[in-house]
Amino acid sequence: MGKMLSRPKSLKNVALSYCPGCGHGIVHRIIAECIDELSIREKTIAVAPVGCAVFAYDYFNFDVTEAPHGRPPAVATGIKRTNPDKFVFTYQGDGDIAAIGMAETMHAANRGENISIIFVNNANYGMTGGQMAPTTLIGQVTDTTPFGRNSKKEGYPIKLCELLSVLEGSIYLERVSIHNPKNIINTRKAIKKAFQCQIDGKGFSMIEVISNCPVGWSMSPLESIKWVKEVFIKSFPLGVVCDKR
Amino acid sequence: MKATIRVNSERCKGCGLCIEFCPRQCIFFSKQFNKSGYHWAVLEKENDCTGCGLCFMMCPDICIETYKNKGIR
Ligand SMILES: Cc1ncc(C[n+]2csc(CCOP(=O)(O)OP(=O)(O)O)c2C)c(N)n1
Ligand code: SF4
Ligand code: SF4
Ligand code: SF4
Repeated sequence: MGKMLSRPKSLKNVALSYCPGCGHGIVHRIIAECIDELSIREKTIAVAPVGCAVFAYDYFNFDVTEAPHGRPPAVATGIKRTNPDKFVFTYQGDGDIAAIGMAETMHAANRGENISIIFVNNANYGMTGGQMAPTTLIGQVTDTTPFGRNSKKEGYPIKLCELLSVLEGSIYLERVSIHNPKNIINTRKAIKKAFQCQIDGKGFSMIEVISNCPVGWSMSPLESIKWVKEVFIKSFPLGVVCDKR
Repeated sequence: MKATIRVNSERCKGCGLCIEFCPRQCIFFSKQFNKSGYHWAVLEKENDCTGCGLCFMMCPDICIETYKNKGIR
């Protein structure tokens, strides 16, 4: 029998450190497939975050560097400006990109840096044990909002795509999800478009991937996938938010 | 058998996403544990697999490969 689907070349043949059912692995595979399809593995430099994906440099089969918490867009700016012929993307969680790194994110978009950002939104700080993130939903229970996020005390979930869409430097912003095969296919299309946007020299793009964190949310993998479908994406509507390509 | 899958039983973390999304319900958990302590995914209804690849797509640990008999569609 002929082999049909298997591990993409851009992903090393090693075990991932993520919890069972965690969306990070699916997003890694999709990114690696896009890099393979675009034949840019040899010229890719990625910037890994601080968060559960901190070991991304051990998993991707291309150059990956590490940035301090929240600073990948600044590090990617430096790499891309000094190596304009390289393909540069960052991989960041919601705490990384929208809390401690909010300033770096906004300014990179506003400068219209020709980089791509893959933003994995799992509505909490996974790595540190499930605390509230800027994207935590109203009413969502986390370690630091034991009675549910209350807008009077903790404000509202940040919609990063919509926030960046008012900046002139933002070129392509889309929110996608990975809770079923259909949405996984859409995520793949969106990430490929964002990568092509950089290859064509058109400027800043970000794909926000709504993802599951079963352990941080104290759910089974299946419960977490169901929660994404029934609750999460109702608060974070999927679709293209900005497209000036 | 027109198609089949191969699961890396030591890499599988028993999350069950492939089982949930298989449209032919042909994957089940093993009775035994692997070295990490998980029941892994096993293709039990071997003749029902169509090679659709949905299990591959949903697997967060990239431990599934799909195979098809060339010529049979
Ligand atoms: C400067 C600094 N502040 C705080 C931390 C602690 N810290 C590590 S990961 C993390 C948040 C991770 O959450 P997120 O970015 O959403 O990624 P996830 O783990 O959910 O994928 C924090 C606050 C740190 N490592 N460095
Ligand atoms: S804590 Fe959440 S995001 Fe981190 S590896 Fe576990 S499930 Fe994934
Ligand atoms: S390839 Fe399709 S039919 Fe076969 S086990 Fe996977 S999901 Fe089921
Ligand atoms: S989706 Fe992957 S890790 Fe999860 S049970 Fe199936 S083969 Fe194992």
